[in-house]
Amino acid sequence: MKTLIAFWNILKKDINNYYLKPPNISWGIILPLSWALMQLIRSSGNIEIIELLPGLMAMSILFGTTSMLAVTITFERRGHSFDRLLLAPIGLGTLVFAKLSGAIMFGMVNAFVPVVFAAFLTDLGGINWPIIIITVFLIALTSALIGLFIAVSAKEVFEAQTFSNFFRFPMLFLCGLFIPIAELPGVVKPLSFALPLTYGTDILNGMITGSSIFSTVSNILIMIAFAAALFYLCLRNISKKWIL
Amino acid sequence: MTIVSVKNLEKLYGDFTAVDNISFDIERGEVFGFLGPNGAGKTSTINMMIGLSRPTGGSITIDGMDGIKDIKKVQGIIGVIPDENNLYGEMDGFENLCFCASLYGMAKEEREKRAVELLEQFDLTKAGERPFRAYSKGMKRKLTIAAGIIHDPKILFLDEPTTGIDVESARDIRGLILDLKKQGKTIFITTHYLEEAERICDLISFIVKGRIVKIGRVSELMENIEREHKVKLLLNENVNTIKGELENHFSDLKIEIPDGGSCLITSNERLPLFPVLQFLENRGITVYEAREVKPSLEEVFVRITGAQSKRGEVGYR
Repeated sequence: MKTLIAFWNILKKDINNYYLKPPNISWGIILPLSWALMQLIRSSGNIEIIELLPGLMAMSILFGTTSMLAVTITFERRGHSFDRLLLAPIGLGTLVFAKLSGAIMFGMVNAFVPVVFAAFLTDLGGINWPIIIITVFLIALTSALIGLFIAVSAKEVFEAQTFSNFFRFPMLFLCGLFIPIAELPGVVKPLSFALPLTYGTDILNGMITGSSIFSTVSNILIMIAFAAALFYLCLRNISKKWIL
Repeated sequence: MTIVSVKNLEKLYGDFTAVDNISFDIERGEVFGFLGPNGAGKTSTINMMIGLSRPTGGSITIDGMDGIKDIKKVQGIIGVIPDENNLYGEMDGFENLCFCASLYGMAKEEREKRAVELLEQFDLTKAGERPFRAYSKGMKRKLTIAAGIIHDPKILFLDEPTTGIDVESARDIRGLILDLKKQGKTIFITTHYLEEAERICDLISFIVKGRIVKIGRVSELMENIEREHKVKLLLNENVNTIKGELENHFSDLKIEIPDGGSCLITSNERLPLFPVLQFLENRGITVYEAREVKPSLEEVFVRITGAQSKRGEVGYR
């Protein structure tokens, strides 16, 4: 019960202090909208909204979770308020999961912003929404863990932002968000399959547009494996680098 | 009864030894002062004791628990007041206290009640609704202390509690620490203000370059120096001109003239004051006042650490 109280209050504090701030809300709305507009203008209307949706959803989650978690943790570590959390009588796993939960929720909400807009412009009937929600959760989880991985390595907020971009922008092109993996040069394909977002986007593509590389079950299992490995790596790095 | 026991504690950062094989015990209800110049190893030691750093060697026992293996259990009975005010700037005083209480699993009603009590006790009730970032340095320090004791810990760790704040706030904070001592809390305090340690602490340990060079009760530490008797005479004129004459006449006394209007006399035996007064009066010098000079902890520190410390590194307030 005590752990649950601590967990819930860390999550609530992060939501109030960081995720519900107007710049972050506007970021969640403006980024997918402007990206969608860019794609529509570039294709001179030859592209369907529904084709853009999986990529927009994946991008919204990726950008929301990685940057927020990396920046907020680095910010709290810089001001030493993160020490308060490390000094609390709660396990490191609980603390990490509480910090991740805020980012996951933020990413999931961001993912459905383009869906809401798309619902006014196209028919979204027949989509398997429970699978979409599971996929969105898994993309948010793995992206948040990448954000945490970055946060452990960064000492300053600007470093966290730089490292985030170093991971995020290549992922936009490597993970099949807007360029199908089949169209990528052969040399970068192995890199695509080494990134968890590829599998999440593949499920979204399969559920929304009907075209996917792997089966949904395989994709989900691979994403769970990625999440477990990243969680273990983050815990090990935190224990090594933050408790000196 | 020993509540904290540190044995052969060591911390290495590569080739650099931050804490070098230190040992000490703290009794329940005692205030233990950990003194030393900047970079002596005070914060490295405190960080190992609270679980923010892992010792390279040695052991820590806190209230019968292994302070290294069972650190999460230990953290439930300790309160930490770090040297920096690390609360959340965007949250108000009340919210900060409630949040800190929640980290110890306190239920909503309990933590809100405790937060109100502490705001009142620390004279911050009016400021309770203001964001922490809008507080003055002294207020921030007070709220940081309140956050450290929100869960009513058995042992408190205070790292430089009065550094960087105004004199009045520092006095308030010293008063609060003494109140906590009266409540029976065991307190581990690091400071480089010797006068502060002298006022607050029962037991004092001096650390220099990662090593404890002296440890003892304040009275014990001062014992050697107190064997000397020192009297300061306030005079109507400068006695520099007759200093040699004084030294010749009273060869068993040490004479110092710190400034024009005073004279400091030191003796290993009880000081025969009347002959000195008569000597001065015969030369037309009036003695307005004779005051016994008690040794300070600073003198003890300088004697113990000798050339190992540089003047100015240890403050005197």
